[in-house]
Amino acid sequence: MLGLEKKDFRLLLIVIGLTLFAPFILNPFPAGSELAQFNAGYPDLMQRFVIFGIFAIGFNILFGLTGYLSFGHAAFLGVGSYSAVWMFKLLSMNVLPAIILSVIISGLFALVIGFVSLRRSGIYFSILTLAFAQMSFALAYSVLTPITGGETGLQLALDDPRVLGAAQTASGNIPVPALFGLEMRSSYEMSVGAWTFTFNAGYYLAALIMVLSFYLAIRIFRSPFGMMLRAIKSNQTRMSYTGLNARPYTLAAFVISGMYAGLAGGLMASMDPLAGAERMQWTASGEVVLMTILGGAGTLIGPVLGAGMIKYFENIFSKINSQILHDWFGFLPDGLEDFVVTLIYPFVGKGWHLTLGIVFMLVVIFLPGGLVQGGQKIAAAFRRKKSEKASSGATKPAE
Amino acid sequence: MDQFILQILNGLDKGSAYALIALGLTLIFGTLGVVNFAHGALFMMGAFCAVTVSKLLTLSHKVVDETRTDFLGNPLQVDVPYLHDLFGPALGDRLIDWAVPISILFAIPVMIGIGFIMERGLIKHFYKRPHADQILVTFGLAIVLQEVIKYYYGANPIPTPAPEAFKGSFDFGVMIGFDANAIIYPYWRLVYFFFSLLVIGAVFAFLQFTTFGMVVRAGMADRETVGILGIDIDKRFTIMFGIAAAVAGLAGVMYVPINPPNYHMGMDFLVLSFVVVVVGGMGSLPGAVAAGFLLGILESFASTSWAVNLLPGINQVIIYLVAIIILLTRPRGLMGRKGVMEE
Repeated sequence: MLGLEKKDFRLLLIVIGLTLFAPFILNPFPAGSELAQFNAGYPDLMQRFVIFGIFAIGFNILFGLTGYLSFGHAAFLGVGSYSAVWMFKLLSMNVLPAIILSVIISGLFALVIGFVSLRRSGIYFSILTLAFAQMSFALAYSVLTPITGGETGLQLALDDPRVLGAAQTASGNIPVPALFGLEMRSSYEMSVGAWTFTFNAGYYLAALIMVLSFYLAIRIFRSPFGMMLRAIKSNQTRMSYTGLNARPYTLAAFVISGMYAGLAGGLMASMDPLAGAERMQWTASGEVVLMTILGGAGTLIGPVLGAGMIKYFENIFSKINSQILHDWFGFLPDGLEDFVVTLIYPFVGKGWHLTLGIVFMLVVIFLPGGLVQGGQKIAAAFRRKKSEKASSGATKPAE
Repeated sequence: MDQFILQILNGLDKGSAYALIALGLTLIFGTLGVVNFAHGALFMMGAFCAVTVSKLLTLSHKVVDETRTDFLGNPLQVDVPYLHDLFGPALGDRLIDWAVPISILFAIPVMIGIGFIMERGLIKHFYKRPHADQILVTFGLAIVLQEVIKYYYGANPIPTPAPEAFKGSFDFGVMIGFDANAIIYPYWRLVYFFFSLLVIGAVFAFLQFTTFGMVVRAGMADRETVGILGIDIDKRFTIMFGIAAAVAGLAGVMYVPINPPNYHMGMDFLVLSFVVVVVGGMGSLPGAVAAGFLLGILESFASTSWAVNLLPGINQVIIYLVAIIILLTRPRGLMGRKGVMEE
């Protein structure tokens, strides 16, 4: 189907299903109940899940396939955000031209940076991308203030010269980003018993784009081009001995993943029309590295899972404070309760980065294939047990 | 001319920090072949060694001072450091004042210990893995170390002053025959510069003039052959890792009075130090030191007003720009050796 193998098509269907029903899946607890704080089904967070999913899918096309570890990918995300906001300021509040421009601009940016950085490989490549990204960050923060808004970030203003569309709404406000009249922030709330589910227009636009980019990523993974990229990862020397030049392939992969990052940046600006330099800082680049590795570099679904997990940690896990912990462990005897709470407290709430760092290290040490590999191992263990049982039943000696 | 000297001096203290961190990074890379992204965290741990020592020295208990009263008329309670009880007020105060230099004694064993634990517990298992994996696992370790420090010391910078004797600045210009007030330089930055020279000199002397250093240098050149000759090179490399950690830690300890430490200072320095290492040439110790000072001085020249007027923003990007140019024109860096990291 759609030019995919059966297995890949099933994966695509699963992703479509998950994104389509995310407002239900992420809101398993009734509103107002004690566990409602673990509900992740609010528009802002759901948008972030899919947008960072796109970012990580793109990063994975570079790192997962070619093995080139870029530590400067956030620069493309930032460039995408800036160009989208400029499109809102100058052309119209329609998100479509903004997203298209952000993809094009970040693609060009990636072409320039990639052309230079890809002359070196290994750690040198990482350092070069890092240097370029830090340079962009520093410039956006200081000298390029007329273009980037500097420290305050780039925001919409009441006197923007919008060519198509009014500078202000009838009531004198700044208009909001929309897709042909459908406002990105508009939501429909559905109440079923004690549960409330929110369906947000912006989320579904972002989810649709994510599914499309996921589909594109599958096609790239399975294409001859994808095989070339894998060849670069496994043995570049041998590849060049067979008469193939690796440079055009790596550059193409770099530009594609830069465009994915720009797409994510453009979507981010479409959901909330502002862009800041901090999106380009190298810690932001580190975050997408974490996401991809955590989920499983080189796998299709891994980066999306990693992005979802980190964003869930960042927004939900970080809200657990000591009061909540005390409530949970209230059933224990007093002394034991305090002990357990003091034991757990450093790892939750504000300390969620610590948990993230530990989990990340464990994944790198024991599961180089990420969570996806972990899942596969567990599944394989179960299957083996089952088949062992079956085979032991079947091959009983007939004595 | 006086401006010229002033900018060189200004570049020296940052350059010393870059050089020390880059030296440690190169030591680890040259001996073990590991790209250590947690090295910035070691620098930060060193800085927090100084904070810990100064906290320990000022540990105090409350004593009721009968002669004075507080605003309610009750006898005033004064905090008296335990050091006063142990050594008397005069020596006690002096010890507290000299907290930062004293922490050097504390930081060396602590940092060597941390280095040993890191190498034996984690890095050892990553020799055979690709460089990308080494970067990733040490990056994770850096996050963990940062968060541990943040948990115990909070997220705010902790000011820890230099000893009274080195506070303030002096007029360097007068000493070498310029007008007064032309070149004003803080004492502590000069101390930092000489301290870093001392540490760098010690490391080089250790490698150059001791048997141990000779074996380590031989191991850096050809690990396998040294192993075949019956020398346990792994053990020596572990010790070198500890020494590299101590160098980074000492850089951190002495940097505390210049910049109050916070938990992410290491990351800020790490990025620049990697650039320094790459500019100097991966695996070249003199290259790392030279590039550290060079880039520190270049950075301070780029921050002068005429440079900024000429090329706006140059002060922000000069280091990265130099790194990009050098990497593209001299791929091995300034003093890189052939065959290092050239896969």
